[in-house]
Amino acid sequence: MTQSRLHVPHPPARPGEKPDFSYLEIPPAGREPRPDTLAPALEIERLGTGMVRVLDEQGHAVGAWNPHLEPEDLQVALRHMLLTRHFDERMQRMQRQGRISFYMKSTGEEAVAVAQAMALEPGDMLFPSYRTQGLFIVRGKSLVDLMCQCLSNTRDMCRGRQMPIMYHWAEGNIFSISGNLATQFPQAVGWAMAAAIKGEDRIAATWIGEGSSAEADFHHAMTFAAVYQAPVILNVVNNQWAISSFQGFAGGERRTFAQRGPGYGIPGVRVDGNDFLAVYAVTRWAAERARASGGPTLIEHVTYRAAAHSTSDDPSRYRPKEEWQAWPLGDPITRLKNHLIALGEWSEERHAALEKELEAHVTACWKEAVTYGTLTEGPTLDPVSMFEDVFHDMPPHLKRQREELRRLLAAQHAAAAAQVPDGEG
Amino acid sequence: MAQMNMVQAINSALDVMLGRDPRVVVFGEDVGYFGGVFRCTDGLQRKYGEHRVLDTPIAEGGIVAAAIGMGVNGLRPVAEIQFADYIYPAFDQIVSELARLRYRTAGDYSAPVTIRTPCGGGIRGGQTHSQSPEGVFTHVCGIKVVMPSNPYDAKGLLISSIEDEDPVVFFEPKRIYNGPFDGDPHKPAVPWSTHPKGEVPEGHYAIPIGKAEIVRPGKDVTILTYGTMVHVAEAAVQLAGVDAEIVDVRTMVPLDVDTLCTSVCKTGRCVIAHEATRFSGFGAELSATVQEECFWHLEAPIQRVTGWDTPYPHAFEWDYFPGPARIAAALRGVMEAR
Repeated sequence: MTQSRLHVPHPPARPGEKPDFSYLEIPPAGREPRPDTLAPALEIERLGTGMVRVLDEQGHAVGAWNPHLEPEDLQVALRHMLLTRHFDERMQRMQRQGRISFYMKSTGEEAVAVAQAMALEPGDMLFPSYRTQGLFIVRGKSLVDLMCQCLSNTRDMCRGRQMPIMYHWAEGNIFSISGNLATQFPQAVGWAMAAAIKGEDRIAATWIGEGSSAEADFHHAMTFAAVYQAPVILNVVNNQWAISSFQGFAGGERRTFAQRGPGYGIPGVRVDGNDFLAVYAVTRWAAERARASGGPTLIEHVTYRAAAHSTSDDPSRYRPKEEWQAWPLGDPITRLKNHLIALGEWSEERHAALEKELEAHVTACWKEAVTYGTLTEGPTLDPVSMFEDVFHDMPPHLKRQREELRRLLAAQHAAAAAQVPDGEG
Repeated sequence: MAQMNMVQAINSALDVMLGRDPRVVVFGEDVGYFGGVFRCTDGLQRKYGEHRVLDTPIAEGGIVAAAIGMGVNGLRPVAEIQFADYIYPAFDQIVSELARLRYRTAGDYSAPVTIRTPCGGGIRGGQTHSQSPEGVFTHVCGIKVVMPSNPYDAKGLLISSIEDEDPVVFFEPKRIYNGPFDGDPHKPAVPWSTHPKGEVPEGHYAIPIGKAEIVRPGKDVTILTYGTMVHVAEAAVQLAGVDAEIVDVRTMVPLDVDTLCTSVCKTGRCVIAHEATRFSGFGAELSATVQEECFWHLEAPIQRVTGWDTPYPHAFEWDYFPGPARIAAALRGVMEAR
């Protein structure tokens, strides 16, 4: 008698076990050919199973995908990635000190957001997810603004309505981050459809994790993007972990995430997500394709979530502590740094000086940000502002509720004032 | 003035807005080439082209998500969800995204999306083609909820919805697409040409969102209702022989509390009628509002007449439907209460 059994995926290593990334086949840098940007999706299926890599083990840029960037651009990229990392470190510490309620670091994945933002045009619309703070940094949003959002203070762009890291930036063409994962994926496709309807040359780009690619929104985005050939770049950041669930739980055991593209008639490109040059080159390829009415591209960025999921998470409970050290694609910052050194355009001394400069910059930004208040001290937002922006014009029932809260707050202030003993008021 | 049924009035509203505003785009399942399963978008793709009037994949979540993205990019999308019963795959995009985008970005981003969707029963649609889920959406902060009861209002309210800066879920009671329906399925169908609200201007006009309408003045009791049930209430008033004031709520969010409660305070009695299920239905909100605003004027307990708290049963449609007899019984009940 036969009996069916479920396959319940297991990651290759749990805490106390030796990290094992043998499931990842990593081709040498420079191996993948770079097809014409308008090549039919089904003729370039191989891009979904291989891995576009430009930086080799010696830090040299090799192969057809080498974007041949100027050293100055690479130095800017290194600065953006390092700034992202220092910003993350600082905010993590501030959360541990109780100054902000929550934080999510992008450690180990900085190349994805930084390279893609640099590869796209300023007018292109970005629909971000968690761990894409590098987009804001490349486009020039001030760290003070990002910090004020995390602090929910008087300068918070969200006016105290969102958890930390749920940034947005309308002037910078960056959409709002949603806590409901994957919702932005099909929204980006709608935005791109509108750009085409209006006859613009702007394109959209959006990001989700490999974990949330299991949501129906992924399928909706892929279907709409394919059907209408929308000018959009759909990025799956495969950082191996979705909180405690390894990528096998999103269906990564048998097919790569990039391979899903051809199933929809969309090119799927798998890229070494820790290789700045490779991510940059693949993004330029996809952007050119989209702008030339070649339609969407699905890009899988193979990377590793080096930090915890969030400040509320403890990864030592579900994965080996040493996994990050064992990660075969290394650290994106170290790899770009070594490349610049190999080019003779960078040095350990300059690197140390840059780190020091950026650390001081982050400290100065934090000092400024807290002057606009924190959750517990300093100037605070007026709670009655919570009734604004629910609708464009406030309807009567919200006006009534606002008055009710206003009266309650006034009574609280009066009661607090009455409790101050004489002579101390 | 032209004679229009509700389908033609909705088509006319879309036509007017597509013609006036290049930002308006209309899309949904079967709405393009075919013109919609209820014909509401008939001829629009031919007139405005397939960049303005689009067929979509069968993916309600994708339809609403795409509408949000288009709205953010400066368009005024009008998305059709083919039946209100099919709206649930889009629920997250409506509730977590569309409704709260303006709020979560402190006004920096918003999407002026109109979602049209046919609702209600009485068409042998069973439990998957008969639902009235308006109450579910009234519980969500940040979307307006509208349901017209006649062609004239349908056109004026749809134009207002498309012009509104906020997202609107626009429910179309499909039983009255072709004519007013008084709740008796055995009577011959009556066309809208027999009804004064079947007179519809050809051009642009708007009926403000957030305004109820007294469709029958009366002094004994107030009936708060909307959609198909406005016509059923009229039949019930004849049946019960009471001088009832019928208020067509028209907009559930924002609610015209003044018009509703001024009427109840005047008559001192209130019956609430809707086709949707009773438990936590929109009637509960109406009842609570009337109790809060009119308590000292009330001569009798408020009564609710609604669909039963079961799924809409295919074979027992007319036992389920809150017809004129049930409303009439409620009217007599509140009149007898001392």
